[in-house]
Amino acid sequence: MVDVADEMKPADKVRNFQINFGPQHPAAHGVLRLVLELDGEVVERVDPHIGLLHRGTEKLIEAKTYLQAVPYFDRLDYCAPMNQEHAYCLAVEKLLGIEVPKRGQLIRVLYSEIGRLLSHLLNVTTFAMDVGALTPPLWGFEEREKLMIFYERASGSRMHAAFFRPGGVHQDLPRALVEDIGAFCDPFLKLVADLDALVTNNRIFKQRTVDIGIVSVDEALSWGFSGPVLRGSGAAWDLRRAQPYECYSELDFDIPVGKHGDCYDRYLVRMEEMRQSTAIMKQCVERLLKESGPVHTQDHKVAPPKRAEMKRSMEALIHHFKLYTEGFHVPEGDVYAAVEAPKGEFGVYLVSDGTNKPYRCKIRAPGFAHLQAMDFLNRGHMLADVSAVLGSLDIVFGEVDR
Amino acid sequence: MDETLNDLAAHVSGALPGVVTGTEIAYGELALFIEPSQIVKAVTFLRDDPACQFTCIVDVCGVDYPAREKRFDVVYHLLSVKQNARIRLKVATDEDTPVPSITGVFPGANWFEREAYDMYGILFTGHPELRRLLTDYGFDGHPLRKDFPTTGFVEVRYDDAQKRVVYEPVRLPQEFRNFDFLSPWEGVEYVLPGDEKASGQPPAPPKAG
Repeated sequence: MVDVADEMKPADKVRNFQINFGPQHPAAHGVLRLVLELDGEVVERVDPHIGLLHRGTEKLIEAKTYLQAVPYFDRLDYCAPMNQEHAYCLAVEKLLGIEVPKRGQLIRVLYSEIGRLLSHLLNVTTFAMDVGALTPPLWGFEEREKLMIFYERASGSRMHAAFFRPGGVHQDLPRALVEDIGAFCDPFLKLVADLDALVTNNRIFKQRTVDIGIVSVDEALSWGFSGPVLRGSGAAWDLRRAQPYECYSELDFDIPVGKHGDCYDRYLVRMEEMRQSTAIMKQCVERLLKESGPVHTQDHKVAPPKRAEMKRSMEALIHHFKLYTEGFHVPEGDVYAAVEAPKGEFGVYLVSDGTNKPYRCKIRAPGFAHLQAMDFLNRGHMLADVSAVLGSLDIVFGEVDR
Repeated sequence: MDETLNDLAAHVSGALPGVVTGTEIAYGELALFIEPSQIVKAVTFLRDDPACQFTCIVDVCGVDYPAREKRFDVVYHLLSVKQNARIRLKVATDEDTPVPSITGVFPGANWFEREAYDMYGILFTGHPELRRLLTDYGFDGHPLRKDFPTTGFVEVRYDDAQKRVVYEPVRLPQEFRNFDFLSPWEGVEYVLPGDEKASGQPPAPPKAG
């Protein structure tokens, strides 16, 4: 694992070590290979080698219809699957110029926030594990399990949901599910408080994270950071507020920001975001229980008709057949649509040539921009800080490698 | 919304004559077409001008149009946190003409440009290390080009006899089938099977798969 980088010369006793961190390392959060050049224990250079999980998603999407491309987005950031689908659906909807009905928007927001909890729970707790704590992941994963059951009850699948579709969501939620999600919120806040008590003031956790990997706002922007990493540096920039999509402008929530831009602040931002997400979920649940209506657009050139309707209406049957063979055609043009995914700005740049398949679909993953700054963030830190910085960036290889 | 974009487009193209060759506003988004050699100047202006302040690099990517003479578009997305605006810059290039790298302006463009090189073979001058990023060590070709087959050319497996991973040409039990499903009454450009009889051409060989 360790090899001597430069040949040792007899006169020159100082030598740099080169260490391979990963790709099989529990703190590498997947299949990251970091080539670290060390001077003693101080990191001189970090060279991340990525692509070990590259599956050619963008190429595959070019060979699929617009609807068939949706499930690929679940497999990008597999910690918060529906948030990715959301960005893609927004891009397609922008090109088609269709509006999602209010209930569909509420369900989308509700499940986006569940995704945020899923992702932040995973990150906060495994980050604590990276720097030495063992209990937080055990507590956090119990709650993640409950959230994934909500995913399953809505879409039939715990992770790879394919629930958000261009034009809305696939199906309406049963009332019992909405009530159960509402009942989940308050006990969950208790869990966040417990986690807070366990980790936030923990002496070891603070020693490992405070003043490690500091980024200023200007640096963060020029490196293309977004999400909690940017907010940890003190910029109150959240796409849900700044460029609101769906019905976020009607919902009441705060945007937590950090002060120092270090690993500890990024952790604190995520903890507070979980509380804010729970507040958003409560508001959505309240409105979903009161209001009813369609969950996807009634334009059957894009969204399929109800099955019952298909039994009687020839028109509906034709629509269904055309949608699931040819798929819908999307007008020519190119758009960029972004959502505030748990990890930052997740964007989709979609180029359409007017046919039933995307001509080009560039996926802009937040983790990709964060990971490329590893060299900048770690230079001059100690070897042990590398895993702390990596944990605080919230890297998931599904989206980095695509 | 479109008015602010119009103003911004007029402001930028007025300040950078000869750099901005065209503007386009579609779907509420502003796109500028930039002269390839001037991209660094354009990006620097957009970052530093007080009316723009596009200080955040969002994305750099390539798009392939094989039918065009300059087959690639390099598409830059910038974000202004202060003005709450987005902008898209497009630069046209081909396989041999390099585009100046903007890593000097935005360090965050580094990997995005490496990815564009890896996926399309677009060359960038002044990039600190234009190596492959996502593909395998020693990979040959640029996979996102339209003329690169989706199935690729080589596959890998672990060879138990040689005790190492071996590379072999791709062998598929069934050809990759790309169904197009386009309605034969609208939009298809190929000759439908049977139509050739009408014009007296010899029948096309039956399609495999």
